[in-house]
Amino acid sequence: MKRYSVFAIAREALRHHSGWDRAWASPEPRASYDVVIVGAGGHGLATAYYLGKNFGITNVAVIEKGWLGGGNTGRNTTIIRSNYLQDPSAAIYEKARSLYETLSQDLNYNVMFSPRGVMMLAQTHHEVRGYLRTAHANALQGVATEFITPQRVKELCPIMNIDGPRYPVLGALWQPRGGTARHDAVAWGYARACSAMGMHIIQQCEVKGVRSEGGAVTGVETTKGFIGCNKLGIVVAGHSGQVADMAGFRLPVEAVALQALVSEPIKPCMDVVVMANTVHGYMSQSDKGEMVIGGGTDGFNNFTQRGSFHHIEETLRALVETFPMLSRLKMLRQWGGIVDMTGDRSPIISKTPLGNCFINCGWGTGGFKAIPGSGWAMAELMAKGEPGPLARDFNLWRFREGQFIDESVAAGVAH
Amino acid sequence: MSTRLASGGRLIDRKTTQKFTFNGTWLSGFSGDTLASALLANDQMLVGRSFKYHRPRGILASGPEEPNALVNLGRDDRLEPNQRTTTTPLFDGLQATSQNHWPSLEFDIGVVNNYAARFLPAGFYYKTFIHPRAAWKHLFEPVIRKSAGLGRAPKDRDADRYEQAYAFCDVLVVGGGIAGLQAALSAGRRGDRVILLEQAAHWGGRAPVDGDAVGGMAAGDWLTAALEELHALPNVTLRAACTATGVYDHGYVLAAESLADATPGDGRPRQRLWRIRAGRIVTATGAIERPLSFAGNDIPGVMLAAAMRDYVVNHAVSPGDRTVIVTNNDDAYRTALVLRDAGLAVPVILDARPAPAGPLVEAARARGIRIEAGRAIAKVQGGKRVTGVQICLQAGEGAVLEEISCDAVAMSGGWSPVVHLWSHCGGKLNWDDRLSAFLPDPARPPLNHDGRAMVTPAGAAAGIFEPDAILTSGEVAGADPDSLGEVQDELLARQSVVVPPVWVMPQGARADLRAKMWLDFQNDVKVSDVQLAAREGYESVEHTKRYTTLGMATDQGKLSNINGLAVLAQALGEDIPQVGTTTFRPPYTPVTLGTLAGEARGEIFQPLRRTPVHGWHESHGAYFEPVGLWRRPYCYPRSGESHADAVKREVLNTRAGLGLLDASTLGKIIVKGPDAGRFLDMLYTNMMSTLPVGKCRYGLMCNEQGFLSDDGVVARLDEDTWLCHTTSGGADRIHGWMEDWLQCEWWDWKVYTANLTEHYAQIAVVGPKARALLEKLGGMDVSKEALPFMAWSEGSLAGIPARAFRISFSGELSYEIAVPASQGLAFWEACLAAGAEFGISPYGTEALHVMRAEKGFIMIGDETDGTVTPLDLGLAWAVSKKKADFLGKRGMERNHLSSPDRWQLVGFETLDGSVIPDGAYILAEGSNDNGQRNVQGRVTSTYYSPTLKHGIAMGLLHHGPSRMGEVVEFNKTDGGTVKARVADPVFYDKTGEKQNV
Repeated sequence: MKRYSVFAIAREALRHHSGWDRAWASPEPRASYDVVIVGAGGHGLATAYYLGKNFGITNVAVIEKGWLGGGNTGRNTTIIRSNYLQDPSAAIYEKARSLYETLSQDLNYNVMFSPRGVMMLAQTHHEVRGYLRTAHANALQGVATEFITPQRVKELCPIMNIDGPRYPVLGALWQPRGGTARHDAVAWGYARACSAMGMHIIQQCEVKGVRSEGGAVTGVETTKGFIGCNKLGIVVAGHSGQVADMAGFRLPVEAVALQALVSEPIKPCMDVVVMANTVHGYMSQSDKGEMVIGGGTDGFNNFTQRGSFHHIEETLRALVETFPMLSRLKMLRQWGGIVDMTGDRSPIISKTPLGNCFINCGWGTGGFKAIPGSGWAMAELMAKGEPGPLARDFNLWRFREGQFIDESVAAGVAH
Repeated sequence: MSTRLASGGRLIDRKTTQKFTFNGTWLSGFSGDTLASALLANDQMLVGRSFKYHRPRGILASGPEEPNALVNLGRDDRLEPNQRTTTTPLFDGLQATSQNHWPSLEFDIGVVNNYAARFLPAGFYYKTFIHPRAAWKHLFEPVIRKSAGLGRAPKDRDADRYEQAYAFCDVLVVGGGIAGLQAALSAGRRGDRVILLEQAAHWGGRAPVDGDAVGGMAAGDWLTAALEELHALPNVTLRAACTATGVYDHGYVLAAESLADATPGDGRPRQRLWRIRAGRIVTATGAIERPLSFAGNDIPGVMLAAAMRDYVVNHAVSPGDRTVIVTNNDDAYRTALVLRDAGLAVPVILDARPAPAGPLVEAARARGIRIEAGRAIAKVQGGKRVTGVQICLQAGEGAVLEEISCDAVAMSGGWSPVVHLWSHCGGKLNWDDRLSAFLPDPARPPLNHDGRAMVTPAGAAAGIFEPDAILTSGEVAGADPDSLGEVQDELLARQSVVVPPVWVMPQGARADLRAKMWLDFQNDVKVSDVQLAAREGYESVEHTKRYTTLGMATDQGKLSNINGLAVLAQALGEDIPQVGTTTFRPPYTPVTLGTLAGEARGEIFQPLRRTPVHGWHESHGAYFEPVGLWRRPYCYPRSGESHADAVKREVLNTRAGLGLLDASTLGKIIVKGPDAGRFLDMLYTNMMSTLPVGKCRYGLMCNEQGFLSDDGVVARLDEDTWLCHTTSGGADRIHGWMEDWLQCEWWDWKVYTANLTEHYAQIAVVGPKARALLEKLGGMDVSKEALPFMAWSEGSLAGIPARAFRISFSGELSYEIAVPASQGLAFWEACLAAGAEFGISPYGTEALHVMRAEKGFIMIGDETDGTVTPLDLGLAWAVSKKKADFLGKRGMERNHLSSPDRWQLVGFETLDGSVIPDGAYILAEGSNDNGQRNVQGRVTSTYYSPTLKHGIAMGLLHHGPSRMGEVVEFNKTDGGTVKARVADPVFYDKTGEKQNV
């Protein structure tokens, strides 16, 4: 792998950029691998990367039904934060956030992590108490957050109307080291690094069945033939239910479409990420200048990645009210992504009823921010066969035991 | 130069001059001009700067596909960035400024990017700016952000308003060209309810400009007749200046109508959003001309051929004096003819085809226009304006044969049917080799709820370009969509239009030329960038798009996508259909966010629910807090009084004398029917069927997981009727929850529910003097004997029909009086008048909270958060052990919920009398495996108690009830701690003698 740097660009510029290598190879699958990971989204690729980096396991294939990074990794609103309430959540999201801090250097690929700060507005007294609780929890979890005044909110985000007649801003939970990153680059950066370690990323390869023997997985049937493996990781977000079904077990997840949109690009006007749960909306400005806006989830289960209108309308009402200057901007594009929601809105990183088969799913509306931490924890689980401290609480059996990690307590909307 | 022609201009009115400014200079145009045509008439071809390289850019198109000529329109509270000049009607006083440059449009420092373009290929930012780590946030990102973006960010609140409307029809026809008009006619004649939408302000599409005969008549005559008939049909609605922006499931279509864009401040809404539910949709959306990819194709003066003829015919504007035409198809010859007829020079037509032929070619030849076959443009010369072209062989590598001076270039690379609306909901496309374009595949349409085709394409949107064939296609699409596939195939086979693929010009262009061939003009994506992406393995069309930003500009690839993916296909050695397209997403053209948000702003941002006493609260200085859609008085501060002091006063006054609370927001749900008792026994954790008529019972509801979700007092009104009080915030949710179970699970149970929350005002009369007040109001026996604690009775008070519930949420003697909503205010005022002698004073929600906390009553949302069971809160007495089942019973039996190790409710008193901070956790020894400090509980409610004169709190503590008297430590966010003693959560009147008098 040729290293990326400003010098490399200068060198290539002289020969019209004809000498750049492929970012990742496009090999035909081998008959078998030590590890097969289904799903070349951020979580699947990060799992592969940390299997190699942390455990030296590089005989790995990551297989992907479509194109890598084409699911929720490439269609989210790129928010990164770790100001979660429950201990297990705060641990894994903070691990992810801290890995994001150095990810560009680790991968030699600029993922543009921008720790510009994330604020979650409190617009009811009840919400104030909720965020104060999160702030107290975060203080003990090693997550740097603080509850800030409306005046400070206004200083950090001057375009906001903090004195709206219906829901004046009463304060906000502020995580200064939260922010955004370039979502595609995260997938591409991991893919390039995996490929450089000799791992195979096999796109346009759909899993059609899971083969097992004596209660343990032996490989997967795919559109490119049977691929054997000693260990299988299922990391397929919205379609987790289907792949789990092939592996012979059921999951407590349901798939719904989450809506998002961007405005036309404008010059910089907003330096932070704002989330407003009472009125249901969140927004940041991309480096390109678009206002990136998250909506809600559709009220019915489905697998189409289509945009629908009703949540967009609700979201835009909230945001135009919160940021009156938005009114004359225009919506450029809207889309949907299929998110896999668990009952407690927390992920599953777990062994499964099938031996040597592991699953990582249920990130719901908040998976992008977790990618490095999720891959780190999943790699540990797959390498050792037992979960480490980051993954332990996110096991599949918690639903049977009632040991939920309920984040809906703290955040009522998608994120 | 560009100038206004002496005659012609079918859309302009030369008698009405309109003055406008561009970058502060006053210019003038005519009524009927677009901003683009008016700028051209004033020789203002240079209009903006591109996104990445800040290259000078001019007007390229004449419609919504324009990528370059975007401006900041208006100013201050009417500033609109990125407004397309090509679709902006000119009006008197219009103010526009160009975008994305500093210090000026003519001299832009940012153009250094252009000179460094070689070092800034697609995706360069992924490969650099990596070290040092802090530099991204503090140095690189701010510079990139500043140089990116296009228009100026508005600062002010929008001065305009927007409205939304609904419409329904059998057939929605999108596009008012001849295909759409014919489709509307044929559907309208059949009696279908038809809505016809056209994005432009005028009808007819390209036909009046292109000049072909339509249905045997001149295009203009046909148009007049068609419009006349359509206007006469009562079942047809026509709406111009209204763009269908998105097709959603089940025939749902959004359309944005421009109302007062050109008459700002006239009092009307600026735009209107239509939400149309259509039985089916005809997309007669036309086609968009494609640019050709030759070096320097972005220099101001290079324009789409059809756009150039639009400006000449519609607006009598000549984009240039000498125009070179470059094309791969016949259609561009029309432009040559139009220019020549207008007296303008056309030095040459460069046709990439080896042997162009056909009537248009012959017509050009007949007028003596020089035609060069098999020729291409090697390079356009010029900087801020075209000065000439270098000619080469299309089949070669770009060796220059000749230079021709000119000030404009008209290019045509063929036409791409507008398939966006077809594709939004899943319609599939076929690649057509003859037209070099994607066409809707009639065999794979988007489906409606009934499995039938939801969208039918017609005319150019289906790849049909000859007028009479267009009419046939419109006719069939309007009246007989089922036979469309067949008819369309036949029409396509019959038509003579052929567009050979010319994706790069010249075919074997050298690298230096490819690095100057623009695909996506606005985002500065060139042929070389797409080729680089392919080389680096970004092979999926989605990867290429995202890596290069091709098609991600404000035109969403209307001009660039097909050319881009053709270049990608070539680079990969694949066929175009194999590479496929990126996903077409709504909206077709960008829609104003204000339009999408509609009227919901300010006070009416969300519906405001008002209790019957709301006006009184407002006029008496209440400080409100939002509770769901309600706003409830938090307290009633007197002049000079802080909120905290007001709360203190309200608590003390109520405890010592008499307080009045507007509790009307409390949920009131009637549950009635033979199975109502059985239903409530399932809903509540405790028994409700055994509640005697005339009595009240406090009840708890859990979700299926076994966690507490709502509470409230249930009153049995008669044998088969119960009145369930819920929390204020929970009323709608609980009513929905009841209906969910009744409709989905227990649909055969005979139970009826009704949410009567707003039918009654409910006033809590609270305090030792409550009974004295009610007796003074008179009309009902409210004595302890007649109306004991947890009973209710009906009668009248102060002459108003009333139901009195003897319940208490404060620990005081308390009655909640429900009166008809219409008499709520009268009753409230009667209480205040009669209560004056008892020192009556209203209190708000915060005093309510403080008093309930003093009494140790739980509050849903404070003590509960969706993870707390009734048993955690010491409410085992309200969870039936006898009932066979209730919602949450099985959930509660799971290991973790029935564990003895759970955190349980206790009270806390701080050692120093201070108030424990909201949200604090109780520290435990050590840390967990993730390095997080261990905790053993948390505070759930914490207040200063005016009654006890120190801080009190409730909270959850591991093994709490067995640890009375123990001292625990709460954390503070500043790192400090607060020590508190574990206590009984009932701080006030533990024996209940105050409330049971």
